[in-house]
Amino acid sequence: MKVTERHGMSGEREGGRLAENIMHFARVLRSAGLPLGPGQVLDALDAAQAGCLRTKNDFYWALHSVLVKRHEHEPLFEQAFHIFWRKPKMVEQLMQLLFQQISRPANDNKRKAAQRRLAEALFDERRPMHARREEPPGALELDVSYSFSSMEVLRKKDFEQMTVAEQLLARKAIALLHRHRRKVKTRRFAPTRQGERVDLRRTLAASVRSGGQLIDLRFKERRLREPPIVVLCDISGSMSDYSRMFLHFLHGMVSDRERMHVFVFGTRLTNITREIKRRDVDEAMEKVSGAVKDWSGGTRIGDSIRAFNYLWARRVLTQGAEVILMSDGLDRDDVAILEREMARLRRSARRVIWLNPLLRYAGFEARAAGVRAIMPHVDEFRPVHNLESLEEIAKALAHPARDLQAPSRWLAQTGG
Amino acid sequence: MTSHLPRSIDDTVGLLARGKYVADRALATVVYLALKMGRPLFLEGEAGVGKTEIAKVLAVALDRDLIRLQCYEGLDVNTAVYEWNYPAQMIDIRLAEATGVKDREQLASTLFSERFLIRRPLLQALQGIPGRSPVLLVDELDRTDEAFEAFLLEVLSDFQVTIPELGTIKASEPPIVIITSNRTREVHDALKRRCLYHWLGYPDVARELQILQARKPEASEMLAQEVVHFVHALRQQDLYKAPGVAETLDWVSALHELDSVSLDPQIINDTLGVLLKYQDDIVKMEGSEAKRLLEQIKSEIRTQAHA
Repeated sequence: MKVTERHGMSGEREGGRLAENIMHFARVLRSAGLPLGPGQVLDALDAAQAGCLRTKNDFYWALHSVLVKRHEHEPLFEQAFHIFWRKPKMVEQLMQLLFQQISRPANDNKRKAAQRRLAEALFDERRPMHARREEPPGALELDVSYSFSSMEVLRKKDFEQMTVAEQLLARKAIALLHRHRRKVKTRRFAPTRQGERVDLRRTLAASVRSGGQLIDLRFKERRLREPPIVVLCDISGSMSDYSRMFLHFLHGMVSDRERMHVFVFGTRLTNITREIKRRDVDEAMEKVSGAVKDWSGGTRIGDSIRAFNYLWARRVLTQGAEVILMSDGLDRDDVAILEREMARLRRSARRVIWLNPLLRYAGFEARAAGVRAIMPHVDEFRPVHNLESLEEIAKALAHPARDLQAPSRWLAQTGG
Repeated sequence: MTSHLPRSIDDTVGLLARGKYVADRALATVVYLALKMGRPLFLEGEAGVGKTEIAKVLAVALDRDLIRLQCYEGLDVNTAVYEWNYPAQMIDIRLAEATGVKDREQLASTLFSERFLIRRPLLQALQGIPGRSPVLLVDELDRTDEAFEAFLLEVLSDFQVTIPELGTIKASEPPIVIITSNRTREVHDALKRRCLYHWLGYPDVARELQILQARKPEASEMLAQEVVHFVHALRQQDLYKAPGVAETLDWVSALHELDSVSLDPQIINDTLGVLLKYQDDIVKMEGSEAKRLLEQIKSEIRTQAHA
């Protein structure tokens, strides 16, 4: 009931104080990360004065209805509310608390740790990060203009066996990869010169313009749009060389597609869509390495896919989304979970493409239990170990599944 | 029945209660503010917690028309706002030709007049009589695409629609707007900013009991107790889709039809499909698991009764 003590019973009389306090409160929330503008502050004042000052509870929900726009923000609001509207002095303390939280990630130690992680994640561990900078700028240009045959060699070279310099080259090549696009029909229409559907509205407008004497048909057709893509990328130890390259590949894709969601998992699932959307690739990778807590650790594929199914599938697998799963399929956990969750994943996606670097070995057979659990529930099965295979993936996204990549082939081989 | 807007939060609770909607204080506050400030109410939450029901109850309690716009992928202006009556326009052109009207301006103004306008839900909602503006329910907004969301933004911020041939139609009194979303995708912040937001969660045991009593008075006290406790225990389980309030009500109806006055493992197994809609979930809860839960909640109810 402290609210009423501070502001009196009527909002009108103490309107000035109240407005000021609400403004400060909004500022606190803003610095805590809630997206609030001056419009919301005015709304909050309106809401509070609309007869919601009688009890703290009413006041709470009145402010809540205006200032909170996302379910995730509710706990933040609750904490801030109870601290802010209790003791006057608490505001400063709260601000300090929040600023500490904000400034902490920027402080040096932490950033260094993130950079180290970034260095470990993106570059060879034995070579310090600045080594890259020491190379004369001209050398790179020279490298890019490699002779045709050496580029050919590079294209087929396994990511794992590349030197740091070669990896760098490969990343450049990845950035230049041509993105094939596949569009699907939507339920919206766009005007065209010729087509199968008559656009009655434009037809009539045109005929009125000509005085109604002749009816000149106008046409429309269905608009095309790229389907959403959802990527689940394994970043456990055994995969790290490939997943780093693959993340670079994804960065290129994310930057020119509108609906794409990227998740990485080792022992747990992390959504890195926001982080990977940075334009600069190094900055994006730095953000990603900051967001992910389990680089190059163990792997729990079944649990991670389960987490995806329960928390995200219903939110991102809409409007005919396609799923790309990048993993070696070597799961030491309960395979039954993996199989069940893969089945569910396939039922909720238009197409599931599995990228597996193990496929680089000529004698690859679907023997591992995890591999056998995933295999029946994917539409396409592809290698992802060198530049050439990345090119193939880029093409595959533009063309529907072909029998060549059908997983049944692998199952039949070992099953028989 | 009154068409007056509620004057306080308590009033709102009463209003909703008359419509057999048991609302907690938080929800009543948001509804009251939405009515008072003339803002759209954006309700998010799991399926079956009563988001759509609020609009229906408000319409009945305030004695207003309910205009419902069910969203789906590809919903466009032609189906949501207005459409011209093309066949009638064609006939009119022929008639004009036959009677020898040569004036283009005149033809255009008759062809694109209100006479040939087909009003779809959003336009209907803008043309309510003052004091009796309708309740507009935009249901499952997350099913549409971003393009429609952007359009809705325009309608909801100014409560007006511009028809190129006719001009701007502005609501003399804004409708009461309720928008619901199951959060299958994130709705853009720009739209949410114009609305009052509320997350509707599952009710607690006491409130769900009240809901049952209000909606299904035919169920015996004991059955209601057991059902609510069982459903709450189910929601604690690790399920793909936990049952909502709508499922609880359905289940009580089903049990009532089967003349059961108390839960037993057999009847739970037979009717589990009313509560759980995914095969995996049903398999998980069937048989011994259901029995275990039932024993657990029965002992809970017993200890509560003694306390």
